[in-house]
Amino acid sequence: MIPASFDYTAPTTIDEALAALADAGDEAKIIAGGQSLLPVLRMRLNAPSTVIDLGRIDGLRGIREEGDALVIGAMTTHDDVMHDALVHEHALLLIKATSTVADPQVRHRGTLGGSLAHADPAGDLGAVALALDASFVIMGRDGSRTVAADDFFVGLFETAVGEGEILTEIRIPKHTGWGAHYEKFVRVVHQWSIVAVAATVHHEGGTIHEARIGLTNMGATPLRARATEDALHGVFATDEDVRAAVANIAEGTDPPSDLNGDAEYRRDLAVVLARRAVLHACGV
Amino acid sequence: MTAVESGTGTQREIGAARRRKEDQRLITGRTRWTDNIQLPGMLHLAMVRSPFAHAMIRSIDTDAAKAAPNVVAVLTGREVADEQGVIANAWPITTEQKTPAHPPMAVDRVTFAGEIVAVVVARSAAEARDAAELVDVDYTEMPAALDLREAAEDKVLAHPDLGTNKIAFWQLDSAAQGSGGSVDDAIAEARANGIVIEREYRQQRLIPAFLEPRSTVVDPTGEQYTIWSATQIPHIARFLLAATTGTPESKIRYIAPDVGGGFGGKLQTTPEEWLTFLAAKRLGKPVKYTETRSESLVSGHHGRDQWQKLTLAATKEGKVTGLKVDLLADMGSYVGIVGGGVPVLGAWMFNAIYKFDAYQFNCTPVLTNKTWVDAYRGAGRPEATYAIERLMDELAVELGKDPIEVREMNWIKHEEFPFTTVAGMTYDSGNYEAATARAKELFGYDELRAEQKRRRDEGDPVQLGIGVSTFTEMCGLAPSRVLGQLNYGAGGWESASIRMLATGKVEVITGASAHGQGHETAWSQIVADRLGVPFEDIEVLHGDTQISHRGMDTYGSRSLVVGAEAVVRAADKVLDKAKPIAAHMLEASEDDLEFGDGRFSVRGTDKGVTVQEVAMAAWHAHDLPEGVEPSLDSDATFDPDTFSFPHGTHLCAAEVDTETGQVKLRKYVAVDDIGVIVNPLIVAGQVHGGLVQGIAQALWEEAVYDDAGTLVTGSFVDYTLPTAADVISFDIDHTESPSTTNTLGTKGVGEAGTIASTPAVVNAVVDAIRHLGVSDITMPCTPQRVWRAIREGSRGGGTPDAAQPHFGADQPNQDPTAGGAQ
Repeated sequence: MIPASFDYTAPTTIDEALAALADAGDEAKIIAGGQSLLPVLRMRLNAPSTVIDLGRIDGLRGIREEGDALVIGAMTTHDDVMHDALVHEHALLLIKATSTVADPQVRHRGTLGGSLAHADPAGDLGAVALALDASFVIMGRDGSRTVAADDFFVGLFETAVGEGEILTEIRIPKHTGWGAHYEKFVRVVHQWSIVAVAATVHHEGGTIHEARIGLTNMGATPLRARATEDALHGVFATDEDVRAAVANIAEGTDPPSDLNGDAEYRRDLAVVLARRAVLHACGV
Repeated sequence: MTAVESGTGTQREIGAARRRKEDQRLITGRTRWTDNIQLPGMLHLAMVRSPFAHAMIRSIDTDAAKAAPNVVAVLTGREVADEQGVIANAWPITTEQKTPAHPPMAVDRVTFAGEIVAVVVARSAAEARDAAELVDVDYTEMPAALDLREAAEDKVLAHPDLGTNKIAFWQLDSAAQGSGGSVDDAIAEARANGIVIEREYRQQRLIPAFLEPRSTVVDPTGEQYTIWSATQIPHIARFLLAATTGTPESKIRYIAPDVGGGFGGKLQTTPEEWLTFLAAKRLGKPVKYTETRSESLVSGHHGRDQWQKLTLAATKEGKVTGLKVDLLADMGSYVGIVGGGVPVLGAWMFNAIYKFDAYQFNCTPVLTNKTWVDAYRGAGRPEATYAIERLMDELAVELGKDPIEVREMNWIKHEEFPFTTVAGMTYDSGNYEAATARAKELFGYDELRAEQKRRRDEGDPVQLGIGVSTFTEMCGLAPSRVLGQLNYGAGGWESASIRMLATGKVEVITGASAHGQGHETAWSQIVADRLGVPFEDIEVLHGDTQISHRGMDTYGSRSLVVGAEAVVRAADKVLDKAKPIAAHMLEASEDDLEFGDGRFSVRGTDKGVTVQEVAMAAWHAHDLPEGVEPSLDSDATFDPDTFSFPHGTHLCAAEVDTETGQVKLRKYVAVDDIGVIVNPLIVAGQVHGGLVQGIAQALWEEAVYDDAGTLVTGSFVDYTLPTAADVISFDIDHTESPSTTNTLGTKGVGEAGTIASTPAVVNAVVDAIRHLGVSDITMPCTPQRVWRAIREGSRGGGTPDAAQPHFGADQPNQDPTAGGAQ
């Protein structure tokens, strides 16, 4: 498992990183923890000329509050996210999903931004970003722009981050007091999600006021289940009512078929997992 | 249990739960694995492997690779055809067996995707790998034999020159060999007046996923070629390297240093070892090859892979009267060291613990254009145990009886041992009643049955199933004379030496070659008891043919039952040699001496000397009796009369989520009877690990090929190996029926958990959803298969056609430069 040789650079500022990216052109890959990139390099499925490591840019790490939003640096590790009190208070869904990512070793190296920018449809955090209405701060040599979650995931392994750009921050509107659950379905715990449903719910007195649902591995990108969110509005948090509200959640999805299951099975799973995710998020 | 940390005086070591003394160096990384070995001027290999399952090699262009930085040589099969030797099958199951020649490197034709076609030698492993990418091979693809059942029809040939894919036909027939009646008569009778259960079961292909990938270092600079290899079989490999390359055996020193697991996967002489030897010999420099995990999965031999057609005959009351077994066994494209012998080992095990009169076992090993298949933990016995234990559950359903009750009606009673089975094997000891009673008690069998009923009545989406497996197995292949009759290429003995050092310390040399089993601790415990010396004074040496020059190595749960008995006999010889010297030292007659707790003493007096003091006297040899040689060192070689037969009762409770098909283990009880236990802590480790490997066959693991013959499960992303996080805590216990075939009374335990657990789990899964119309599920019982089985009343279907790896050359997942730069 020896990668083809490549140049390696580890800038200490975002400007340096952008400059390195511009110099190397489309033969460059950014490494942001390396938990997805390294296996690909080691299997020689990709051979970039330059690998630019963001690990030494202090400004890309950390979690802070800005008014109604949490701002998470792209290079914040999964483990740091999982154990952050602000995230726990204002974006419980992110805690729930992050704690299911792979294993502790991966969570100590892998980063939130790296995972989102990699945009593996079986990755766990895209559905969470959609459900939480996250927005993405992307820096280029001409400055920064902010992209809404709905516009961020463009296709299979494809995001709004363009050539010569770097994802620097993820901004998450506070969902203080919302219940949350990430219902992940796997055969062995360290594998990618076969299907998962991310649900965060604002509920009171047994009634769902608002629900946000994201789907993992039900298509080329993570998906937001808006019709189901609408159907859940005002619904009692009971098995019967939630079951009815989520019944059509797989409509319009195009999940993959692979060793773990075919598309038909995944569609069926999504319905079951959605019900469980919502009820769990409601504390039922 | 409490681990024992230090000597406990005169207390027996055997039975003490000592922590393994080898673990400190193994766990802390202090030891040197083969890949850690660095020699001056050492060169490194990279293999170029075929992407095609079956193809002619038209030409190989190595110019670019040869010109790459620091490349020393590039070798192709054609260049080395006459000197590379062959990879041997040591057990042709019949004298007419059609065995394809197995060159370490393909010469004209590749026969599976992953076969080596060229070897690059460079000054570093990275440079060798880079240059390997530059080797340009021109292939002409040929039709490939991929599906086992289709291959058995000989429509497409894996080796066209052989004219057939079927290498042999092997039969055991109880009527023909005189160990029972005619199976056809028994089945005919059952069709007329009894019950016939006919089933086809699939043993999916598995991959022995040892922790340490295989690695070999060859140093050709001394008088002997010194070979370090991550192997289970240094002695057998030395013999075969000599036999197949013409190198004198005396010129080969084979060393298995600390080896990180094998599970049968390192019971092989490999193309990679032979080619590392060849490169070192050619170039006159030390050479190393260490495989990547992906190479290990595609080129290390696989396990299982059978279709089993089974016909069980029984009376209306449930008494089994006959069993007919028809096996197709996938060998892959070459016949490995045990080869067809693996499925043939099942011949004596399909009848398991049951008494019946008629039996026939038919086995056809078949070649396909896939990775070779050979021994994997259990080797033939898990497949057999699975079949019979699944059938006994099916018989119970047919009868409307409890599956344990049906087994009890048919099993050998404890007072009937020794018992000769319908397959002709004599079981020395056992007590199935005791193990089953203890297992039921630990399990809470009646309570769980009550819960199962409650969940069924309530229509709970999560159903509970209970699976039973009352297994036996045979370990320690023996005796040599019988192995000879079976055409097996080696003996079944094991060798040991004991060196008494001047200072009273003891070196124990064993021909067994541990690769994680804990021999150093267990052998020390045995010798401490036998010689009466402290545990800490004993060192166990193994795995280096210069030190341990005789051995049959470690596989088939043989080390303790064969190897440790040789150690005991060598220790007894030490005492025999010490006795006249002790008598001389004590000025007494030998007849007046008694030996206990490491001390020879004169009966009725307080005069005595320890065996360690006698060792010093023998060493300086200043005052020995007339004609006594100045050495206590002793050797022994033990060839057992027969196998040993561990058994046990395993009970599994599994929860099946009928909405998703997910299976969750709820409780697992294993009560194994492995005779006398030397170290309960080591035994617990073997049982736990064995259980997980067997459960993994039931639920998780399968080597999957696509239609082109490419291994789809080529990384651990897709070959879903479980970890500790996927299993529950097991409840294990033991009953003890000492073996009568060795003086320690021990039976093997290395494979028991793997053999027993697979049917226990599948029986539990099927039991949970049988009321929904399911009577079988193809292994592994993936959630999708279970889900589909519930909906269709089927076995859950095959592997999805659209199977694709998460990482793969044609998959978007490889993420070339698509999308975001991160």
